[in-house]
Amino acid sequence: MNSLILISRLELSFGALLNSMPSGIAQGIIWGIMALGLYITFRLLDVADLSVDGTFTTGGAVTVMLLLAGWNPWAAMLVAFLAGMIAGTVTGLLHTKLGIPSILSGILTQFALYSVNLAIMGFTANKAISVDKYTMAISSRSIPAALMTGIAVAAVLIAAMYWFFGTEIGSSMRATGCNPEMSKAQGINIDVMKVMGLAISNAIVAFAGGLMAQYQGFADINMGRGAIVIGLAAVIIGEVIGDALLGKHLNFAGKLSFIIVGGIIYYLVIVVVLWLKLNSNLLRLFTAIIVAVFLAVPNLQQHAKNSFRKAGKNSVKPQEVK
Amino acid sequence: MSVMLKVDHISKTFNPGTINEKTALRDISLEMEEGDFITVIGGNGAGKSTLLNAIAGVWPVDSGSITIGGENVTGLADFQRAHLIGRVFQDPMMGTAPTMQIDENLALAARRGKKRTLRWHCSKSEREKYHEQLKSLHLGLEDRLTQKVGLLSGGQRQALTLLMASIQKPKLLLLDEHTAALDPQTAKKVLELTREIVERDHLTALMVTHNMRDAIATGNRLIMMYEGKILLNLAGEEKKKLTVDDLMKKFEEASGEEFADDQTLLSK
Repeated sequence: MNSLILISRLELSFGALLNSMPSGIAQGIIWGIMALGLYITFRLLDVADLSVDGTFTTGGAVTVMLLLAGWNPWAAMLVAFLAGMIAGTVTGLLHTKLGIPSILSGILTQFALYSVNLAIMGFTANKAISVDKYTMAISSRSIPAALMTGIAVAAVLIAAMYWFFGTEIGSSMRATGCNPEMSKAQGINIDVMKVMGLAISNAIVAFAGGLMAQYQGFADINMGRGAIVIGLAAVIIGEVIGDALLGKHLNFAGKLSFIIVGGIIYYLVIVVVLWLKLNSNLLRLFTAIIVAVFLAVPNLQQHAKNSFRKAGKNSVKPQEVK
Repeated sequence: MSVMLKVDHISKTFNPGTINEKTALRDISLEMEEGDFITVIGGNGAGKSTLLNAIAGVWPVDSGSITIGGENVTGLADFQRAHLIGRVFQDPMMGTAPTMQIDENLALAARRGKKRTLRWHCSKSEREKYHEQLKSLHLGLEDRLTQKVGLLSGGQRQALTLLMASIQKPKLLLLDEHTAALDPQTAKKVLELTREIVERDHLTALMVTHNMRDAIATGNRLIMMYEGKILLNLAGEEKKKLTVDDLMKKFEEASGEEFADDQTLLSK
């Protein structure tokens, strides 16, 4: 029966909650960075790319292995970035050249990456790295520095994305996701655009995986599991909050910034859940509920304004007045 | 005068060898001189849109060849021959990217057939040019350059698509019943605008329509299609003197069928 009791202790210390906030924010920023990558496929290309669960781990594994080999952390993350790019390209080619539906292409890549990631880590499921022995770009040991690094990386990435999606190529990529027929009529090779978008997206996700592995001090074969759901949570929470606070005044860079905010808020919710001493095995259930709620909100709002039930009610009103 | 479009004995059968097999184009040949404006009429399933799609390269033809502006495009996919062609579709939603701004859409069209690079998608001088070009549409769109296209009405989107199709003078303009989904008044305006643009830029255009009056009143040539073939190919004086009744009579003579079947599909 004990296992059914979720809340094991009732006395909760606010001090402990406040203490765990900065670390939660730092991890939230890293998930937010990952979500920036996901945003490219999910919102701009209109593809739900499931390869990210694998590429996040790939990024972590590559980074840790190269750090252990004595590499500079930024150089290691650059290689992680390229590894993610290759994985994204594979998904893209499976989809465009072999005609496999995008969601299945992502699943196939993710599935294959499980073996690849194990191979990268020398066929062990977990590879630890100590910040005492190796230089790292970010670590939970020094949270203020981690926050600074996280914010700086996010800012650079947002600036880079703002620039890229404003260029001729980036603009063509957005058009491809928005209206493929029109894009072809304008001479855009939509297959190339899709592959490129998936490659860039997975590169960013792998880069974020590298950050996360350093932050937590290890790479784990399961560290990317659920990345797509967490990323979606960050994107959607960021969009809802950005829209509520700034609405139409939000430009592209603003939207991207709010995705980082979304990542932070998502992770702070997790911190609160953990603080409440809820069984952490149930985290995934909570995450799924959070994502489902945020995905449903815009839909339900729309539905409240424009539903058959409302139409039905309106239609009987005049008779009631009589 | 040079030949702008040469369609040489093309055929297309969809779903060959299945129960849904349909021969949509039967050995069609058509030539267009520079500046020709052909209207295409015919009942449902006559092959009008199929002919346009074959020229646009939506799918490969089974046999024959297509040459646009002297370039053999038979082996090129739609996006590879897009530099020669401007297209306006029947569905007003199809020709533009709704979540992108008006200037971004125009900039995409202005780069049709050019190499897309990492330069900024649209320069300031370009935007000024778009402002002027949008002004010529008389829809007030010139002051809404940074608005999302999704906010425009169907007629406005069709006018914008027309501008996008002609912004880089194409060798061939393909109009696939581009006024059919609009209300009669808007349709009239968009057709007016089409005539203006084709005349002003001296474009070579192929326009499919369901409306016989429009087909007669527009352009310098007219073709009528039936069961994947070109039944009538009229030009010059013959086209000018044409009436709706003539057209129906000619259809009956040529097809050996009562026009009544198709009358509902071809509005006067």
